[in-house]
Amino acid sequence: MTGKPTRITNSIRALRFARGEMTQAQLALRIGVTRQTIIAIEQGRYSPSLEMAFQIAQVFQVPLDEVFQYPAG
Amino acid sequence: MSYEEKGVWVYLVTSAAGYLVYLAIIAGRVASTPVTAVSYVPVLLWTAGAAILASVIGRTLVETARPSDSRRSDVRDREIARSGEFASRWFIVAGAAAGLAMALARWDYFWIANVIYLGFVLWAVAGSALKVAAYRSGLQP
Repeated sequence: MTGKPTRITNSIRALRFARGEMTQAQLALRIGVTRQTIIAIEQGRYSPSLEMAFQIAQVFQVPLDEVFQYPAG
Repeated sequence: MSYEEKGVWVYLVTSAAGYLVYLAIIAGRVASTPVTAVSYVPVLLWTAGAAILASVIGRTLVETARPSDSRRSDVRDREIARSGEFASRWFIVAGAAAGLAMALARWDYFWIANVIYLGFVLWAVAGSALKVAAYRSGLQP
């Protein structure tokens, strides 16, 4: 269940600061999760569902691959 | 720490503590009485009940001392709860199977009740420990 660390990285922290220093609590409220879940996603300790990933991208109004990145190969 | 994670910590501590108290009391009685004559039922029921009560009170105290942002659980809490209970379910199965085998072999009620109780305790403790690990180090599919 705790498995190997994800290879997915994300730019949520940078995007939050680029959007007027949106707090983790504000982002959490927008997508209906706890602040701790946002922290876990930002730190790569939790991989969100595809639906939640799209919700996060919609909040920042950017394509999904600007929020989440996966290394080639 | 989220509201749900605090609850898991409290449940882990109270489940383990309740069983350790039970073991200590029974071990004291076994020293002076044959195992099959030991009065274990009231101790088992009281320590199990006290552990449940302690987890309710403990959760309230923890929340009073360190209030959470929100008391709502989210999808991550539910996934962690589900995966912890799924991974630890074998303790319940093992306890029930051992209890059945012992009943079929006509073991004393003391052993049957205790092996089933141990299965429940291990399920609760292992499940909580796995959930804590998932909260701390991450949950990946």
